[in-house]
Amino acid sequence: MAHHGEQHYNLEQRFVFGAATKKSIMTVLVIGAILLGIGIILAMTGGGHHEAAEAEAHPFHWYERLYANLWINNVYFTGIAIIGVFFFAIQYAAQAGWSSAIVRVMLSLGNWLPIAGVLMIATFFLANHDLFHWTHAYLFDKASPEYDSIIDGKGSFFYWPMAKGTFPIFYIFRMVLFFGFWVFFFKKFQAFTYNEDLIGGTSSWYKIRKWSAFFLIFFAVSSSISAWDWVMSIDTHWFSTLFGWYVFASWFVAGLSTITLITIFLKSQGLLEMVNENHVHDLGKFVFGFTIFWTYLWFSQFLLIYYANIPEETVYFLERLDSDIYGPFLFVNLGMNFVLPFLLLMTRDAKRHGVFLKLVCSLIIAGHWVDFFLMVQPGTLGHNGGVGFMEIGMFLVYGSSFIFVVLSGLAKGNLVPKNHPMLEESYNHHI
Amino acid sequence: MEKDTHFILGVYDDEDVLLHAVEEVRGTGVKIHEVYSPYPVHGLEHVLGYKRSKLPIAAFLFGLLGTTLALTMQFYMMKFDWPMIIGGKDYGAFPDFIPVTFELTVLLASFGMVSVFMIVSNLKPWAQPRIFDLRSTDDKHIMAIDIANNSGLELDRIREILRSSGATEVNNKSFE
Repeated sequence: MAHHGEQHYNLEQRFVFGAATKKSIMTVLVIGAILLGIGIILAMTGGGHHEAAEAEAHPFHWYERLYANLWINNVYFTGIAIIGVFFFAIQYAAQAGWSSAIVRVMLSLGNWLPIAGVLMIATFFLANHDLFHWTHAYLFDKASPEYDSIIDGKGSFFYWPMAKGTFPIFYIFRMVLFFGFWVFFFKKFQAFTYNEDLIGGTSSWYKIRKWSAFFLIFFAVSSSISAWDWVMSIDTHWFSTLFGWYVFASWFVAGLSTITLITIFLKSQGLLEMVNENHVHDLGKFVFGFTIFWTYLWFSQFLLIYYANIPEETVYFLERLDSDIYGPFLFVNLGMNFVLPFLLLMTRDAKRHGVFLKLVCSLIIAGHWVDFFLMVQPGTLGHNGGVGFMEIGMFLVYGSSFIFVVLSGLAKGNLVPKNHPMLEESYNHHI
Repeated sequence: MEKDTHFILGVYDDEDVLLHAVEEVRGTGVKIHEVYSPYPVHGLEHVLGYKRSKLPIAAFLFGLLGTTLALTMQFYMMKFDWPMIIGGKDYGAFPDFIPVTFELTVLLASFGMVSVFMIVSNLKPWAQPRIFDLRSTDDKHIMAIDIANNSGLELDRIREILRSSGATEVNNKSFE
C-alpha cells in the first residue's frame, strides 16, 4: 500500500526469557532426560536386540548407540545453528529489506555454535572407533589381513600430514577451523548489529554486508566439506558428489523452520509488532520452496545411484531399503519432509497463518532429524540401531538445550535492529 | 450529448493520488468499472476490492492432470503395452517415471494456467481491446466509471466526485 499511517513501533523492545517459557523448556528437557535414561538402561540390559549380534566378531556395546545419537544431534543442531548465521548473511548480501525486523532472530541461532563445537570435538574423541570405521589403524597397514586399499587411498584426507592410521590431524584441523570461523563470523555479525543500535547510520550495515560476503564464500566450502567429514565419512567406502548439498539442504529447511517457529513464538508473546502475515508468508515460502529443494537433491542422489546400478554406490541405499529397521524410515523421511509439507503449505493461506506453519515447521524439524538418523545410524550401528527411547530422549534433550541457549542469547539485546537502514521497508512489506 | 456518453473517465497523474481516489470514489457508492494504468500499481487490486484470483486452483488441477497422465502413460507403455526391461529393473519401475512425471506436471500446470488466464482475461489474439484513453499506456492512470452501473447517480455528481478525489481531467467516453 502506498499510504501508511504514522507508525510508532516500540523499537526498544526486548525479549524477556520469562519463567513460564523456561519452565516449559525445562519440562521438555527433563522428559527427554528420563526417556534417554530409560533408553540407556534398555540398551545396557540388551533391550530386545538381536542376541545373535553379540556372537559376531565385533560385539555390540550399548554406548555405541549413545555415541551415534550424540553424533546425529551434534551434526543436526550445529547445522540449524549455522543456518541461522547463513540466512542472516544472505539477507545482508542480497540487501534484503523485508526481513530487517527479524534478522536478529536468525542470528540468534548462532548462539548454539560454541557449545556445538565443543560437543562435536568431545564426541569425536569419545567415540571415534565406534562411529568412524576409518579411525582403525589396521586398515592402513599393508601387512594386516584387514588392510583396505580403498580406505588407504582416502586416508590422507583424514591424516595428512601425519602417517595414516595415527592421529587424524587434518580432520580435527578442519573441524576446529570450521567451528572457529563460524563462531568468529557469528560474533562479528553480533558485534556489528548491536553496535548499530548505539551509533546509528549506515556504516554497520555496509560492514555486515562486506563480512557477509566473506562468510558466504567460506560457508560455501565449509558446509560441503563438513558434510563429507561428519556424515559421509561414516560410510567410508561410499561417496556421493552432491552429498554436501544434500546435507546443506537438510540443514537449511530445518533452520528456516526454526526461524519461522521462533518468529511466530515471539509474535505470540506480543513482540515484533511490525512483523505481520506478509513476513510470515515469505518465511513460509522459503520453507515450502526449500522443502522441494531438499527433495530434489535427495531424489537426484537416489535416482542416479538406482539407475546406474553400480554395486559400490547402491550399497548405501540397499543398507537402508533392505533393512527392517531403516526401510520404513526412508519412506517416513520422504513423507514428513516432502509429501506432507508440500501439500499442507501449498496454499497462500497456509503460509500466512500461524497454525499451519507451526504444524508444518514442527513436522519438518522432526522430519529432518529422521533424515540425519538415516544418514548416521545404518553406517555406525547397522542392525543394532532404530528409533527408541534413547533416540527420542536425546533429540528432546538437544532440542530443548538448543532453544534454551538461543532464547537466552536473544534476550540479551534489543529484538529489532532499530537503526537498520531498511527498517521502513520491512514495515511496509506487502505481498 | 449526454445520451451518447457510456463512460466517465477520471484522469490521474499520480499513483498515490489514484489509490486514495479509488478508496474515496468507492466510499461514495460509485461503482468503478476498471482502472487502467501504465504499470502495475502496488495495492490497486486491494483498494478496488478485487477478490483473489482462482488461478492457483486451476494450476493445481492442471498439475494433477499432468501427474496422472504421465504416470498412466508410462505404466501403460512400460508394463502393459510393450513391457520392457531397462537397466535391469522390473517392468513399471516407479522411480524411473519420476522425471517424466515431474516434467509433465510442470508443463501441464503452466500451459493450463496460461491458457485459463488468457481465456478469463479475454486475451484472444483476435480480441479488439477497448482503449479508453491512449495515455493510460504512457503516463496517466485512467479510472473508468460505467454509467449503466451507476444509474442511481447524476452524471454531474459523478464528475464532481472524480474531480474532488484528485482527477486532473474528467472526460466522457463512448464506444460505437
